[in-house]
Amino acid sequence: MPWRLLRFALSNKHPEPRMFTRHDSLKPAYDVVIIGGGGHGLAAAYYLARDHGITNVCVLEKGYLGGGNTGRNTTIIRSNYLTPEGVKFYDESVRLWQDLAQDFDLNLFYSNRGHFTLAHTDAALRTSRWRAEVNKHFGIESEVVGPEAVKKAAPMIDLSCGGHAPILGALYHAPGAVARHDAVAWGYGRGADMRGVEIHQRTEVLGIDVVGGKVTGVRTNRGNISTGKVLCAVAGSTPRVLDMVGIRSPIYVHPLQAMVSEPVKPWLDPILVSGSLHVYISQSARGELIMGASLDPYEVQSTRSTFDFPEGLSAHMLDMFPFLSNVKVMRQWAGMADMTPDFAPIMGRTPVEGFYLDGGWGTWGFKATPVCGKTMSYTVANDRNHDLITGFTLDRFRNFELTGEKGAASVGH
Amino acid sequence: MRLPPQSCEWVDRSQPLGFRFEGRDYSGFAGDTVASALVASGASVLGRSFKYHRPRGLLSAANHDVNALMQWGGTPNVRADATPLIAGMDLKAVNTFGTLARDPGSALGWFSRLLPVGFYYKAFHNKRLFPLWERMFRAMTGLGRVDFATKRLHTPKRYGFCDVLVVGGGTSGLSAALAAAEQGAQVALVDENARLGGSTHGASELVDKVIAHPRIRVFTDAYAAGYYADHWVPLVERGRITKMRAHAVVVAAGAFEQPAVFRCNDLPGIMLASAAQRLIRRYAVRPAQRVVVLAANADAYRALQDFADAGIAVTAVIDLRDKVPGEQAARVAAQGIPLYSGHCIVEALPAADDKRVAKVRVAALGEAAVVAELACDGVFMSVGWAPAAALLYQAGTKMRYDDGVHQFVPGQLPDGVFACGRVNGIHTPESRLLDGERAGSAAAAYCGFGEVRDIAVKAEMESPTHPWPIVSHAKGKNFIDFDEDLQLADLENAIQEGFDNIELMKRFSTVGMGPSQGKHSNMNALRVLARATGSTPGAVGTTTARPFFHPVPMSHLAGRGFTPERRTPMHHRHAAAGAVWMPAGVWQRPEYYAVAGQSRAACIEGEALAVRNGVGLIDVGTLGKLEIRGPQAAEFLERVYISKYAGLKVGMTRYAVMCDESGVVLDDGVVARLADEHFYFTTTTSGAAAIYRELSRWNTLWKLDCGIVNLTGAMAAMNLAGPRAKAVLEGLTNVDLSLPFLAVREGMVCGVPARLMRVGFVGEWGVEIHVPAEHGAAVWDALMEAGKAHGIRPFGVEAQRLLRLEKGHIIIGQDTDGLTTPGEAGLDWAVKLDKAFFVGQRSLMAIAGKPRRQQLVGFMLPAGHQGDAPKECHLVIEGGEIAGRVTSVAWSPSLARHIGLAYVRPGMDAVDSSFTIRLSDKSLVTAGVVKTPFYDPDNLRQKETT
Repeated sequence: MPWRLLRFALSNKHPEPRMFTRHDSLKPAYDVVIIGGGGHGLAAAYYLARDHGITNVCVLEKGYLGGGNTGRNTTIIRSNYLTPEGVKFYDESVRLWQDLAQDFDLNLFYSNRGHFTLAHTDAALRTSRWRAEVNKHFGIESEVVGPEAVKKAAPMIDLSCGGHAPILGALYHAPGAVARHDAVAWGYGRGADMRGVEIHQRTEVLGIDVVGGKVTGVRTNRGNISTGKVLCAVAGSTPRVLDMVGIRSPIYVHPLQAMVSEPVKPWLDPILVSGSLHVYISQSARGELIMGASLDPYEVQSTRSTFDFPEGLSAHMLDMFPFLSNVKVMRQWAGMADMTPDFAPIMGRTPVEGFYLDGGWGTWGFKATPVCGKTMSYTVANDRNHDLITGFTLDRFRNFELTGEKGAASVGH
Repeated sequence: MRLPPQSCEWVDRSQPLGFRFEGRDYSGFAGDTVASALVASGASVLGRSFKYHRPRGLLSAANHDVNALMQWGGTPNVRADATPLIAGMDLKAVNTFGTLARDPGSALGWFSRLLPVGFYYKAFHNKRLFPLWERMFRAMTGLGRVDFATKRLHTPKRYGFCDVLVVGGGTSGLSAALAAAEQGAQVALVDENARLGGSTHGASELVDKVIAHPRIRVFTDAYAAGYYADHWVPLVERGRITKMRAHAVVVAAGAFEQPAVFRCNDLPGIMLASAAQRLIRRYAVRPAQRVVVLAANADAYRALQDFADAGIAVTAVIDLRDKVPGEQAARVAAQGIPLYSGHCIVEALPAADDKRVAKVRVAALGEAAVVAELACDGVFMSVGWAPAAALLYQAGTKMRYDDGVHQFVPGQLPDGVFACGRVNGIHTPESRLLDGERAGSAAAAYCGFGEVRDIAVKAEMESPTHPWPIVSHAKGKNFIDFDEDLQLADLENAIQEGFDNIELMKRFSTVGMGPSQGKHSNMNALRVLARATGSTPGAVGTTTARPFFHPVPMSHLAGRGFTPERRTPMHHRHAAAGAVWMPAGVWQRPEYYAVAGQSRAACIEGEALAVRNGVGLIDVGTLGKLEIRGPQAAEFLERVYISKYAGLKVGMTRYAVMCDESGVVLDDGVVARLADEHFYFTTTTSGAAAIYRELSRWNTLWKLDCGIVNLTGAMAAMNLAGPRAKAVLEGLTNVDLSLPFLAVREGMVCGVPARLMRVGFVGEWGVEIHVPAEHGAAVWDALMEAGKAHGIRPFGVEAQRLLRLEKGHIIIGQDTDGLTTPGEAGLDWAVKLDKAFFVGQRSLMAIAGKPRRQQLVGFMLPAGHQGDAPKECHLVIEGGEIAGRVTSVAWSPSLARHIGLAYVRPGMDAVDSSFTIRLSDKSLVTAGVVKTPFYDPDNLRQKETT
């Protein structure tokens, strides 16, 4: 038992302060306004304060901290991407992740479990090899392995997947990890709060003032703020905020659903992903199986659940793990994925001076939380795109310089 | 203890059933639940709690007793309180170290001060040590165990339709169903219990009426798992799901009785009064001998009669209310039961063996001084209700907190959704009857049956729910969430740490996140939050109620496991010829045909050489096959493909490449013009469905005068190719085989109407023969028979891949990726930017003015290359950097060289220059850039017409 827990027994009152200061009102002006109190927005606030000394910052959150895609994803962290831009970016993220809990002094349950992308077709095997070769080129642990390696890591798997999608091999990525997603938002939030950043929950942005191509202020349901810099980190709501500043983007929003089982004794160590069966699965420290699949096939700005999702996902789960027949699904939910045509994010400066975008995070945003905070805080502080995000700027769509990450999307979308 | 036969009891005493629990033999009756049979046999401890491993018994008997989850063979987390007893069951409690009776894990309770809410966020995160701690956590968590030997269950599903779906077969639900049916609606009534009747336990004349009604279908032992858009409600039965599409839904799901919160409110023997009534009335089980009743509403006093009938002595009634209504007080007085109004239980104490509550301490509300210590072996709580409103929330109902009944009630209901009974804040039995009639009538009228009956339902005179059934205690163990072992202080501490809105409090403390999903904890949790933040329950609000209402087994959701697989009409011919199958999208295609004694490579090489030197036949029926007709058919094709088709002569074909709006290559195929306004065209196998969908979308958008038909399944197709192909076909067709390269003809083959296309994919004289699917096998047979004399061989996908590579033809998806433009793939010649419009044109124009990113080139390894050859997706390396990748590579038997296609940087594509490929083992291989086609560079063989 760690000694630090003793303080709980030695104190009559619960010896923990508030993680997030309550602010009754907004100030009239801030140096930076961050829209979106999810992982990305809070991380940017944290690094702005910690690394760039900019603390006159407020984070505006319509709902509650981490209530958007930060709290709705299946928590997978990996860097086995396809493009050099992506690989370098996500690799830096994984590096940051590994020290984050100690930085925060908050246990994020960052759990390095190893990640298999299963290949059921020779086309999938080819893509796996492509990713492995690009990854290895940048020094990332990633290799194509045979079905026997999958069997060794998850001995209970049916390698034939019910006979209709035999596993031919896999892309194995040793650093693949999961983390307790809510805690990531809390850790960044607390860290930012401690350094003077104001976090305002239940504060909805109603408009952004742009004068002469420059941001001058933000209007909210709790009053107006003047500011010269706004960072937008709102995932599925990105198109709505972009409308406020008159920026067009190629983002389109699809629901992405997930579900979780009742807790069962942990039996599955690695993270498994199957593109052909549209499944990703890991087992949490609570014993719940956390399961995801591909995007809903239509554009909807909604977090409502559909029944065909658990039906289809369960069928594919049982292809891989027939013995889960009697295990019950406890809960399903949905998030809004802001997809881009090339499956890479949109980050950095925009045509509106002082308006910075951290969006287009589709289905791949959680794992990038730390590096997004790092790079966006740099970009906002210096009004210059960080080197790691130059492949992700909005103008790449105008210039036909796409960063094609579709082949590395976790499941076929 | 089992009571003498009760009127309307659910157990069948003529059918005793033996079973085992924790290694001991028990017996019960058919109709028992596992829990009722155990309690009848005197068992009080049914499980251990999640965190502290405290002994726990029955709480709700209403399918949220998560502390009574059991392992039944390979089935984890069986809910003892809701699972029918089956003879021979062998059950164990799920969450014990050692045994249920002796669980060393209960020592964790002593450390509970060290383990406050969220303790695991506060420690264990040393980077080096976390993996060790995590291993320990993982060893301790989870509930039941999965059994890897469990076979996949295939559970049927069906679709159901009704006018009015009534969820809940209690008083209001029965009344609603009857009212709707009487107005003419077809009604489905679902209830999760074995029998209808709700809290009447079936002893209601309404039940008989409902069952007898010809327009009411009854689903008992089934639950509505969730509400989805447009009144789509899956009903989960024991062995099936019925997906019900209703015209209107009446939610009469009732309410969950809520526990009071006091120290050690979790001791076995302490249960909800409704649980005790269920045990008595349904299963004829007496759960205790001498009890204290903790009351705060009329329900508690009504229940006293049931307790008396069952021979249970009530030591005292402790009522949280200062003023007990006279009628209720009189009832207690008449039975000589002491009544402590304005009092509460502050603490329960266990018997020496920890297996049961032994006494309770009573104090005036808000006071610490204990005024009485009452011995008992049970406590029945009836202090309030929380609506079972999950389906209402999922349907989008705006709920409001009603201070009159201290619960959330529907404020604004969505179209076609109705609510009645306790979930609607109506608790008095007579009112529930009326409220059901009102809702049922309104639902039927909504569906067009009859008129809305004008029924006024009286508001409740007194609240059935106490607004604060919570007592703090310095020593804690006053549990709010029994799933997660959360005490009052845990929530208060979470709020202190800043988790002071309902969603954050839930996530930090995990309240409501256990398998019961907060059915007995959410209401008290939000009261704690409201009080701590000086707010009201209405302002605090609830968390989102997501599906499922109760957890659903994966086999139910998966159903029978429908994985359609498409087969061409020649499938069995391939199988008979030794095909080794490979998946191609939803199709199965022969990868190659195995020949006894030959390796895979030798078989593929043999097939390829047969095509080069004799004749081969391949089934290409998996290609997408579309037909377009109409005055603007040519215009349509002009718009969706990058080449020109308006000027294509009737009787000719042309290669066709499709791009998306960003100019990325999407698909390819061949367009054949059969008449001025009639084209037949193909797509790739994997693209077929998506391309048809996309073309249909464009056609809808553009409103051109043409129609597209998908003939993919209707037509069989095969490619006959090789120098002897013409000789094979000659006697079988009336088409003049001197037709030119790229011509298309309609005629007869083997007596069957056919379309013949002179194509050149594999680089020999060849013809693609398309016939109606029903004739595919016969034509295949005839060709194989006629080909015998010429040494014909069927060839598979692998040989075709090799043959096309020798010709330098690309495969979309393999030699292109999600960003490849036609120019990069060497298809510049096909792009006609001077057309009026085509999809992707604007992007390709923009791209044309930019430096090219990469270029697809042919390459060869040096003759006599030793060692490993590159594989697809090995990288091209230049100056230590990634400069491209191999997309196709093969050993060409015709050329006796390794050949391939690769993307390289612009400037590296000059013929006769060379580049370096890095293999997986990091060794480097030099390849020379070669002009394609590798084989028959002038395409003389495929063009030959004589």
